[in-house]
Amino acid sequence: MYDIKALYEAENVPHAIQLLQEHPEAQIIAGGSDVLVQMREGKRAGKELVSIYMIDDLRGVSYEEDGAIRIGSLTSFSHITRDPIIQKHINVLGEAVDMVGGPQIRNIGTIGGNTCNGVTSADSASTLHAWDAIVELTGPNGIRRIPIKDFYIKAGKVDLQPAELQTAIIIPKAAYEGYQGHYIKYAMRNAMDIATTGCSVNVKLSADKKIFEDVRIAYGVAGPVPMRAPSAEAKAKGKAVSSATVKEFAQAVLDDIHPRDSWRAAKDFRQHIAVVLAERALKESIRLAGGEIDG
Amino acid sequence: MANQQYKLVSCIINGKPVEKMIDVRASLTDMLRDDYRLTSVKKGCEVGECGACNVIINGECFNSCIYLAVWAEGKEILTLEGLAGPNGEISDIQQAFIDEAAVQCGFCSPGFIMSAVEILEAKREFSDDEIRKLMSGHLCRCTGYENIFRAVKKTMLRRLGKNKEADAV
Amino acid sequence: MLVGKKVPRVDAYDKVIGRTKYTDDLCDKSAYIARILHAEIAHGKVTAIHTAEAEKIPGVVKIFTCFDVEEKHYFPTAGHPWSLDPSHQDVADRLILTEHVRFYGDDIAAVVAENEVAAAQALRAIQVEYEEYPFVMDVQEAMKDDAPQLHEEYPHNILKHTTIRKGNYEEAIQEPGLIKVEGWYDTPTVQHCHIENFICTAEMEGDRIKVVSSTQIPHIVRRVIGQALGMDWGKIRVIKPYIGGGFGNKQDVLYEPLCAWLCWKLGGHLVKLDVPREETFVSNRVRHAIRSHIISWVRPDGTFAARKLEAFSDQGAYASHGHSICAKGVGAFPQLYPCDNVEADAYTIFTNKPVGGAMRGYGIPQAMWAVECHTEEIAAKLKMDPIQFRLKNLMPVGYVDPFSKNEMYYDTFRQCMEKGMAAIDYERKYKEYQNQTGDIRRGIGMAVFWYNTAVWPISLESSSCRMVLNQDGSLQVQLGETEIGQGADTAYAQMTADVLGVPLEAVHVVSCQDTDVTPFGTGAYASRQTYTAGFSIRQTALLLKERILKYAQELTRMAPYNLDIVDGKIIRKTDNRELMTLGELSAAALYSLEHSQHLSAESTYQIKSNAYSFGCTFAEVEVDIPMCKVKLLDIVNVHDAGTLINPALAEAQVHGGMSMGIGYGLSERLLFDPKTGRAFNNNLLDYKISTFMDHPRLKALFVENPEPTSAFGTKALGEPPTCSVAPAIRNAVYQASGVFINDAPVTPHNLFRKLKEEGLL
Repeated sequence: MYDIKALYEAENVPHAIQLLQEHPEAQIIAGGSDVLVQMREGKRAGKELVSIYMIDDLRGVSYEEDGAIRIGSLTSFSHITRDPIIQKHINVLGEAVDMVGGPQIRNIGTIGGNTCNGVTSADSASTLHAWDAIVELTGPNGIRRIPIKDFYIKAGKVDLQPAELQTAIIIPKAAYEGYQGHYIKYAMRNAMDIATTGCSVNVKLSADKKIFEDVRIAYGVAGPVPMRAPSAEAKAKGKAVSSATVKEFAQAVLDDIHPRDSWRAAKDFRQHIAVVLAERALKESIRLAGGEIDG
Repeated sequence: MANQQYKLVSCIINGKPVEKMIDVRASLTDMLRDDYRLTSVKKGCEVGECGACNVIINGECFNSCIYLAVWAEGKEILTLEGLAGPNGEISDIQQAFIDEAAVQCGFCSPGFIMSAVEILEAKREFSDDEIRKLMSGHLCRCTGYENIFRAVKKTMLRRLGKNKEADAV
Repeated sequence: MLVGKKVPRVDAYDKVIGRTKYTDDLCDKSAYIARILHAEIAHGKVTAIHTAEAEKIPGVVKIFTCFDVEEKHYFPTAGHPWSLDPSHQDVADRLILTEHVRFYGDDIAAVVAENEVAAAQALRAIQVEYEEYPFVMDVQEAMKDDAPQLHEEYPHNILKHTTIRKGNYEEAIQEPGLIKVEGWYDTPTVQHCHIENFICTAEMEGDRIKVVSSTQIPHIVRRVIGQALGMDWGKIRVIKPYIGGGFGNKQDVLYEPLCAWLCWKLGGHLVKLDVPREETFVSNRVRHAIRSHIISWVRPDGTFAARKLEAFSDQGAYASHGHSICAKGVGAFPQLYPCDNVEADAYTIFTNKPVGGAMRGYGIPQAMWAVECHTEEIAAKLKMDPIQFRLKNLMPVGYVDPFSKNEMYYDTFRQCMEKGMAAIDYERKYKEYQNQTGDIRRGIGMAVFWYNTAVWPISLESSSCRMVLNQDGSLQVQLGETEIGQGADTAYAQMTADVLGVPLEAVHVVSCQDTDVTPFGTGAYASRQTYTAGFSIRQTALLLKERILKYAQELTRMAPYNLDIVDGKIIRKTDNRELMTLGELSAAALYSLEHSQHLSAESTYQIKSNAYSFGCTFAEVEVDIPMCKVKLLDIVNVHDAGTLINPALAEAQVHGGMSMGIGYGLSERLLFDPKTGRAFNNNLLDYKISTFMDHPRLKALFVENPEPTSAFGTKALGEPPTCSVAPAIRNAVYQASGVFINDAPVTPHNLFRKLKEEGLL
């Protein structure tokens, strides 16, 4: 039994907005795997909730007119992994969210919830950053779309205006076409864990597979929010696909990331692992893109 | 307490249409245990970590402890109590848990068996690693998972007509 | 014969259909909900508790604070048999609620409410004022002169210090040419993590209190509730239904006294105390972290000249099982690898941390970590094969321990090691994995363990059994020895059926213990039950059989010595003729108008023997050096637990112990904030017990040398599987990487530091 002051169930998006306007103190609950846990801990105890869980319009993956991939915010992790559109164009996202918790969590957890809670360790977040995802927010003043890096403000805080809810995550066509990527979750066990560090890399190789036309890398738990590593990307972009480039790229992540010491892991350990993950995730991305590297 | 909020929740539990006024604060675990006395649904952590409260909702497994009871509206829910056949006969996976000594204290068993049911319903052959991953949302401290693995794999193979392979697990 | 057969568990059917009732399933919904307010400082005094706001919350029935505990009945909590000798009694240092806070998580108040939401709200609304004292988290710091003192009666926080002295260590180390090997070894604080948290309920019947508890030790719980409440023990009734695991945590009296007290203070109303997981980690019991220092003086031929061990056991804030854990581990030291000159010192030290209690292995997993890590280092230093070094020095056949009179009857270690080596293809892999380079390397390693069954001669060992024959020839069997998931009831049924001569289906083991009706027994611990209950089962079944055959004499006019019971029938042995079924005899006896008799038997057997139980673990790992990760590829445990009563359940027990050992070796550790004493990771997400994906297939093998002292040839198996796993994994990591990790578990964090230190990163 949860300490819920009142529960308002939204039937559709406009209804959700209306409920949020009527109850400005209310917390949105999607799948609940974070909100209910926090409520039990006492953090959100006694709050009103607006449940959007029953809004089926917010579920599913589809193409937008311009070929962008639209992921409804309430799509569960397991449905993302199994989705044919995801598998075809951005399989790494399906793989990444298939590492969240365990199967039951992946059935209840939603990509919207995973990003709206603003935590750096979210398994979806680094891949969404690395694929230039756009967040769609719907509120009383209509729809706005912002790049995911702008959506994250600080640890636990995202750019959700009053009475606004996240309705979709969009991967533009230019952001996915021709890219292949790989995600490595570094955790203390192989299931039911949160990432000590997570690294998502993707590449677009030249037609002859010899040159990095583009390389993108993002981390979870390398700072207070998920982040890209632009210095590392710059080291590889336009360069030859070679082990030297890979090494240089991996080392350069240290210029971008700033993990902290905590009881979960020490800073120097996280830094070491971040470099190893960058190297391995890039190598695997090259392989997936049909490239080869010496040595 | 006076203005406590209740909601009529109608759903199908173990094949039977049911409805009751439910406290909106209730988790599905609370509803199944307290309102329907389905006590195979166990509480081990109440935060979705241990899997002891796992039930099948519309064909997928969920930890009922972190699932609001009101969300059960219109859903089909299956708990361990619902696995028996029309004459009370137990299912092959339950029998396999007995035969493989996959049950010890028994507290996590209902949750595990329900995940196994979801796996078996896929009617395909999973690799060992896939089975491990599909069962990984449950913690067990008695069995080391070994005999649970055997029970699931054997039942999967037998359902696919691979009795010889099943015996070799 | 049913003993030795893989019969299904007697309770499996109910468990797979979800019908088995655990404590919460039995509790009426009218129960008040009790929750405990735990201290949020590591050490100090509660000066005030403000409950006014909390009391206003609708649904709150009453709040009790430490200041409401007027009669101060200090009580012990260890699940040990009571001793009539005060000097052997467990330390009585607990109160129902305490003003003196000794760890972050200590029990200072309790809320009783009509529902769990009101109880949780009330806990948050209570304000506590403290006078804070300095606190200490480290055993060696705690022994210093200026360290904060936890208990006045124990200067330097030393609960107990015991010594073993054999030969003359100082003289022996003068021998020329000796090689000195020295190391410090640390084991972590870990928790049992049974999936059913501790839970109990209490209500009054007349002037008596009935407590239903998820416990391993119902009769001990009854005694301690009586002690804690200052009530006659007979006024307490404890019922133990099926429980969702215990592993030693529930071999302590946890919150049964508090729950009984709350019920009593509320006029006997039903009260339920269901401990949340986070509190189970901190405010129940944990495994003692033990720091060991070993020095071995070895001759170049690989024999020991002298050895020394100091072990410092972290007791946490209260005595609980106390020194018996460290003492058991240190006691193994001079026995496992006998040496003529030994000095061993065991210290048990209070610190401001969660309370150390019993946990599967009872000091031996800690001791084996130290001893088997050290053994590997000696072999490495001498450049000797680790298997050969062990075989040269392990306890020889014919060894007798003068204290317990335990004897090494067989060449058990060699047999177990050979079986394990063959199963894991040790020799080939050991050669193949020498001198590897590269990022990803493999290794194979092993460790042995020492264990002994039950607690004689340190404590009482007795078992009582009652058998009652039904009209149909079936019977109920009752024992104080408890089913906690390990399969005890099934083993009892098999034993009973064999001795009495009835089919398994005719034996109904009453699983639930109810101290009002169940014969006295101390419960599940020390891997004792199959061994100890075996004696009372055989004795009681023989007694019942004698009574049955005597009655058969009345019905058949045949001499009892010419009669037997076979497969539930009375037979005449002289020609094997079936004279009648046991059901016919039993009905005739019960309903006879001439001589009606209810055929039953009850007896106590006091056990004054004990048995070694040995074995080993072999582990194969892959170490990814840049990733600082260990992947367990293969693992085999080999045990000599004597004759197996049920090989399928024995195998299952070993799997579970191995799993716990894998967590101990690789991932489990309860972490504390050095600034506050608060636990960081007291939940199942942050505390890393192995998941389904963290194990390879687990192999359990046996060498079945019948134990000569045992009623059924059997001996300890419940705890031994946990004892040698962690050091075997660590030794495999050593072969792969060349680094010795001396502080368990071998986590990536730990490996990172060590690999960096050794220049591998």
